[in-house]
Amino acid sequence: MSIEIRGVRKSFGAFQALRGVDLTVPSGELTALLGPSGCGKTTLLRIVAGLEEPDQGEVRHHGEPVADATPRDRNVGLVFQHYALFRHLTVFENVAFALRVRRRPRAEVDARVRELLGLVQLSGLEDRRPAQLSGGQRQRVALARALATRPRVLLLDEPFGALDARVRQDLRRWLRRLHDEIHLTTLFVTHDQEEAFEVADRVVLMNRGLVEQVGTPRQVFEEPASPFVMRFLGSVNAFPARVVGGRARVGGLEFDAPHREGGWSEEPAHLFVRPHELELFRTPAPESFAATVERVTPLGGTVRVELSAPSVEGGLEAELEPRRAEALALAPGDRVYAAPRRLRLFPAGPGDSLTSSGL
Amino acid sequence: MDPRPGGGAVKVTGAVREQLPVAGPASVRPPPGDGAGGGARAPGAAGEAVGAPAERSSRPRRPATEDPAWIRRGLTALALGFLALFVGLPVAAVLSEAFSKGAALYLAALREPEALAAIRLTLLTAGIAVPLNAAFGLAAAWSVTRFRYRGKDLLLSLIDLPFGVSPVIAGMVIVLLFGARGLLGPWLVAHGCRIVFAIPGVVLATVFVTFPFVARELIPFLEAQGTEEEEAALTLGASGWQIFTRVTLPNVRWSLLYGLVLCNARAMGEFGAVSVVSGHVRGLTDTIPLHVEILYDEYDFAAAFAVASLLLLLAVLTLAAKQLLEWRAGGRGAPHGSRS
Repeated sequence: MSIEIRGVRKSFGAFQALRGVDLTVPSGELTALLGPSGCGKTTLLRIVAGLEEPDQGEVRHHGEPVADATPRDRNVGLVFQHYALFRHLTVFENVAFALRVRRRPRAEVDARVRELLGLVQLSGLEDRRPAQLSGGQRQRVALARALATRPRVLLLDEPFGALDARVRQDLRRWLRRLHDEIHLTTLFVTHDQEEAFEVADRVVLMNRGLVEQVGTPRQVFEEPASPFVMRFLGSVNAFPARVVGGRARVGGLEFDAPHREGGWSEEPAHLFVRPHELELFRTPAPESFAATVERVTPLGGTVRVELSAPSVEGGLEAELEPRRAEALALAPGDRVYAAPRRLRLFPAGPGDSLTSSGL
Repeated sequence: MDPRPGGGAVKVTGAVREQLPVAGPASVRPPPGDGAGGGARAPGAAGEAVGAPAERSSRPRRPATEDPAWIRRGLTALALGFLALFVGLPVAAVLSEAFSKGAALYLAALREPEALAAIRLTLLTAGIAVPLNAAFGLAAAWSVTRFRYRGKDLLLSLIDLPFGVSPVIAGMVIVLLFGARGLLGPWLVAHGCRIVFAIPGVVLATVFVTFPFVARELIPFLEAQGTEEEEAALTLGASGWQIFTRVTLPNVRWSLLYGLVLCNARAMGEFGAVSVVSGHVRGLTDTIPLHVEILYDEYDFAAAFAVASLLLLLAVLTLAAKQLLEWRAGGRGAPHGSRS
C-alpha cells in the first residue's frame, strides 16, 4: 500500500519540525528517510504512524485520508529505536499483544506468534523476558510484534541505532532479505548514510523540515540536488566560486561550468569536488591546485591524502586507490598538483554559506 | 525535595561507607545483575539511612579491606550501639510495659470496646484514605509525566505541600473550613452534616496528610520510564483503557504498592492532624494513636503500651512489605533500555 504525504507542516512551540513536506512512498518499496538529527524525519514518521497530528496537510494511505482513523484502523507497524518492548511480558506475549487486544481466538494467536517468531529466527525464546535478550534479539521481537496484525505499512524509527556496529550490519542485511520476502511498504528513518544506501530502494534526504531530494541511492550520490545533499553524503571539498561566462572561477583557476537547466548567469556559486574525484600529480597539470602533502592515511581500500594549498582555505582532501598512492609514493611535505576529475557547481543561495549547511 | 535520611552518613569517608552495610540491612540492595533497579526507587525510603550509602560507588582509593580492624569493629559497634539505643531499647520498653501486668491484661486492653472502636476507626480511615490515594496518585503522576501544560511545576510543588506543613496546620485548616464557625460550617450544620469532631473530619485530615505518598513514588518512576511502551501499545491497536491496564499498571505495580504501603503506615499512625479534628470522643472518633494518648494521660500505662504495640506491629509489617517490594521491584520493574 502506498503512502502519500501532502503539504505536511508541524511545529513544536517555536520550532518548525516540518515546513511543508510532500512525499510519496510507493507500494512495496523500502524507503529511507535520511537526514541529520533535528531534520524532522522522526516527526514525519510519527505523523504517518498516527502518533502526532500534522498542523497542516494530510497523510493518505493508498489514496485514503487517514486523519480520522484510529491507530487500530490504520494498521501500521511501528518499530522504535529503543525497542519499547513490554518489559513485564514474555517474548510470546509481546508478539501476541496486538492480537490479544483485538480479542482473536487463542488458536489463531498461537499459530501467528509461532509463525512470526520463526520469521525473525527467535523460535524457542517464547518464555524469555525482554531483559533476558540481547539488543539484536529485542529488536527482532519488536519487529515481529509490529508485524503481528499483517500491517499494510511498516515504519522503523532508527531501528538499529542502539546496537553495536557488528549486530547492526547483520540486522541490516537481514532486514533487506526480509523485505525481499514479504514486500511490505516500509518507511525507515536513519541518520546513517551507509545504512540507508545498503537497505533502501529509495532514499529521501531531509534537511530542516524539508525534503531536499528523493532518489535511488545511486541517484542521490551521483546527482545531488543541492549543496546539502552533496555535503551530507560523504566528505567533500568545497570552494567558493564565481561563474563568469559559463566558466567557474576558483582561487585563480577556471573550470567549465557543468550543464544546468536555464544556463548560468554571472553569479556566486559553490563548487564541490569529492575526494575520490580529485587526482594528484607530481608534475604541473592543467587546471590544478598547487598543493603540499600534509598527511597520508591508509584506510584499507583507499588512501586518504590531506593537502594544504595557498589558494584554498581549509585545505583539500583526496582519496587515492592504493596502487596509485604507491606509484606516487607521497610523503608529508611533497609538492603535488590536484586536478578535479569531476566537479559539481551550485548557485550560492542567499544566506547559505559554505560552512553552515545544517550539518 | 529528597529528604535524604541520615545526614551523618553522608559526611563519612569512603572507607566508612564500606563498613555501614554490615550493621544495616544489606538486603536492601537489589539482587545482582540489574544495576538499574535500585536507581528508580530513590525517594521516600525513610528507613534506609544505613543502606543507602552502600549504593554509591566509593572513590578509587585503597580498598576497604585494607582498613585497620579497629576502625571496622569500632564503626560497626557504634552503628549497632546506636540502633540498640534508639530503636531496640524503645521497642523493648514498649513491649515490656505492655506485658508488665501479664498477657491476660494485655489482651483485655485490646478487647476493651473503646480500643476495638479505635482499631475499627483506624482501619476504616486507612481503608478510605489508601484507595483515594491510589486514585489521586495515579491521576497526578500520569498528568504530570504524560502531558505538557502550564502550571505543572505548581502542581508538583502542591503535591509536596502536606510534607512541608505541620499536620497540626492541616487539622486547623479543616476546622477553619468545616467547623461550626468555619467557612462552610453553617451550611453543613444546616444540612445535618457533621465533619469536624466526627468521623468524616478524621478521614479528611488523614487523606490530606497522606496524599503525596503514591504520587511521589510514581512520578520519578513514570518519568524514567518514558512513554514509548504506551505509544507502542497505541500503534498496536490497544484502546486507552487497554493501554492503562495492560501496559502502564503492570509496569508501575511495584512502585504503586510501595507508595500504598507507606501511605497506609502514615494513615494508621497519623496523630497531629487527626488530633485537632477528632474531638477525642471516646469510642467514636478516637483512632489508635489518639486512644494511646488518652490511656497514657489516664496513667493506664499497661493498656496504653498494649495498644501502642499494635502500631509497632504495623511498623514491622510495613518494613517487611517495603523490603519485599524493593526486592521485587529490583528484580522485575527495572527499566531495561534507557532513553536518550
